Amino acid sequence: MTQMTFARAINSGLRRSLDNDPKVLLMGEDIGTLGGVFRVTDGLQKDFGNHRVVDTPLAESGIVGTAVGLAYRGYRPVVEIQFDGFVYPAFDQIVSQVAKMHYRSRGAVKMPITIRIPFGGGIGSPEHHSESPEAYFAHTAGLRVVTPASPQDAHTMIQQAISCDDPVVFFEPKRRYHDKGEVDESLDPTSAPPMGQARVVTDGSDVTLVAYGPLVKTARDAATAAADEGVSVEVIDLRSLAPVDFATVEASVRKTGRLVITHEAGQSGGLGAEVAASITERCFYHLEAAPVRVTGFDVPYPYSRVEMHHLPDLDRILDGVDRALGRPNSLSGLEG
Amino acid sequence: MVTDDAGQGGTAAGQDNNAGHQGGAGHNMVQLITPAGERVSHPEYDPWVRDVSDEQLCSLYEDLVVIRRIDKEATALQRQGELGLWPPLLGQEASQVGSVRSLRDDDFIFPSYRENGVAYCRGVDLPDILRVWRGAASGGWDPYAVNMAIPQIVIGAQTLHATGYAMGIQNDGADSAAIVYFGDGATSEGDVNEAMVFAASFQVPLVFFCQNNHWAISEPVRLQSHTQLVDRGAGFGIPSMRVDGNDVLAVMAATRVALDRARRGGGPTFIEAVTYRMGPHTTADDPTRYRDPNELEDWAAKDPIGRVHALLDRKGLFTEEFEAGVRTKADAVARELRAGCVGMPDPEPLDVFKHVYSTPNSWLDRQQDHYSRYLASFGDPEGATQEEGAR
Ligand SMILES: Cc1ncc(C[n+]2csc(CCOP(=O)(O)OP(=O)(O)O)c2C)c(N)n1
Repeated sequence: MTQMTFARAINSGLRRSLDNDPKVLLMGEDIGTLGGVFRVTDGLQKDFGNHRVVDTPLAESGIVGTAVGLAYRGYRPVVEIQFDGFVYPAFDQIVSQVAKMHYRSRGAVKMPITIRIPFGGGIGSPEHHSESPEAYFAHTAGLRVVTPASPQDAHTMIQQAISCDDPVVFFEPKRRYHDKGEVDESLDPTSAPPMGQARVVTDGSDVTLVAYGPLVKTARDAATAAADEGVSVEVIDLRSLAPVDFATVEASVRKTGRLVITHEAGQSGGLGAEVAASITERCFYHLEAAPVRVTGFDVPYPYSRVEMHHLPDLDRILDGVDRALGRPNSLSGLEG
Repeated sequence: MVTDDAGQGGTAAGQDNNAGHQGGAGHNMVQLITPAGERVSHPEYDPWVRDVSDEQLCSLYEDLVVIRRIDKEATALQRQGELGLWPPLLGQEASQVGSVRSLRDDDFIFPSYRENGVAYCRGVDLPDILRVWRGAASGGWDPYAVNMAIPQIVIGAQTLHATGYAMGIQNDGADSAAIVYFGDGATSEGDVNEAMVFAASFQVPLVFFCQNNHWAISEPVRLQSHTQLVDRGAGFGIPSMRVDGNDVLAVMAATRVALDRARRGGGPTFIEAVTYRMGPHTTADDPTRYRDPNELEDWAAKDPIGRVHALLDRKGLFTEEFEAGVRTKADAVARELRAGCVGMPDPEPLDVFKHVYSTPNSWLDRQQDHYSRYLASFGDPEGATQEEGAR
């Protein structure tokens, strides 16, 4: 076990994948000499050379489109999109080509492409640097969408994503890049829990609180705070956003009877809506209250001086827990 | 005078695979003032700046100095925590001043994020220049008040907007033009290439103004292009010029040529202004990780301000009085900039919901309503008034 940051854990996972499979290569803007703007690829070009760790021209459609060709040729490209807000120039290649190639070729062509995207807010950045676009990708058949929430998961899940034969959109919660945790670098990714499986972070009996990516830590803090008030919250880290591991959530909700889901992305059409609807279908008779969503608002990601109002924080999550429990909350006295 | 390419060099360790040299047709670079401050003649471009009087030359110098001062002050404000981020334009002053000072008020500007010198010359209020970088707004000013679009962070996207705007000018039968600023890295984006296709096909009145500052964050220009950037234009059928971007007069001449062509129905022009980013990409960047310090030294010798200073000196115009006047002006601007930044009121919490739509949206109204109740539930009287104010 080694203490390391989230960013370092991904770096170490990338290194292992590059070491283990000569067909793995990294591409992106500023990932070579600079080591990426978040230093996630630091030192890799130096050690693996510039044919395996490639600084590309400044063109996202180009980066993903050429990765498709490399995959056709048997490579396993890992591309970095510098920030969430800059994935859109590549959106066409991702949803029209990467996602559909296996289906269109009736399984003949594999697209083992990993698309790494630092996502989410809370770091005081200008516009286009703090978005949560996961629902666009989760809505696209053919893509797997995952997001680790701990350094250990980051380390194993990046390796699992790279060795997965399907394309994986790999969201990295950028405001957690500097968080430290214990990582077992020798852990065999094939024997670790698969990346598609949700994880119960804290056991609880009163409310199920579902989170992913950057908000898992906030959710855990909220559970600790709730415990002080005698409320037992079970926190689930979704890990995979497409497909969602509903079985794990369902088992928890059958036990607690109440569901709160939180994410930074805007509410309408977000992952929270999918989880609420699916769990309602599966556990209608076990639910004691309507599922509650605590999310960002349906607004463009706001400028940094007000972003804290947009991002769900501990207090807003606790308010959501109170709503699920029917305790006094910000909506008390209002209908619905 | 025509000089050879003075600086497409720039080597960075670990980039050898990308070493494609910017060969191509080898356009010569237009220069009217040498780095030593000598005014050299150029038969083709001289006529375009013949009217620039000594007085105007002095005023261009003042702009260069004031803009450098704005840049320095903003960098300091960022270091002091007053700005979230700042993209320095240190070294690119002449490209910005020479081009923007060639425009008419009814010409429209589409900038990237680095054209803060252009914004100053265009008359944008000083605090408005900082508003975005302070994190107090997404767009700093009213584009229609100054005929300049709000800053664009998505690389290259504005080139298409400028093309569309120029199509509108053409439809309207007006004789104004549009100008779009972008970097060397931006030339790789699909949007920029599509913009050139549209602009050439429709022969719109547009100037593509590429500031080749040699770096796109850590990536040297040769990674973006195997030819000189100026050669890009030809492939699209767009007449192109390569100018010394650290020479304010040369930039002015080239921009005037392009604007004249646009106004006369001659279609778009591509200008590559060869300059250099002396500072980091932004205040969050560390160029020592990728840039050879010798390169920086070479470019310091071509400083855009130093050479106008030397030229004015030769002409006997750089008097103590003049110098003092420029300094007073720069001091005043820096003071105003700082005061405007520090005194900028913080946005209200419920500003988060403003301007998403131009008419009410029931989903969002419900969320706003809920959030104002939530704020009020803390019993904070300030929160309560903010809630009232937002209704
Ligand atoms: C579509 C997109 N991709 C990536 C980025 C991140 N990014 C911001 S500036 C920059 C480099 C731009 O270089 P260049 O076009 O040469 O302009 P300069 O910054 O040198 O003025 C990059 C990669 C972005 N803003 N937009």
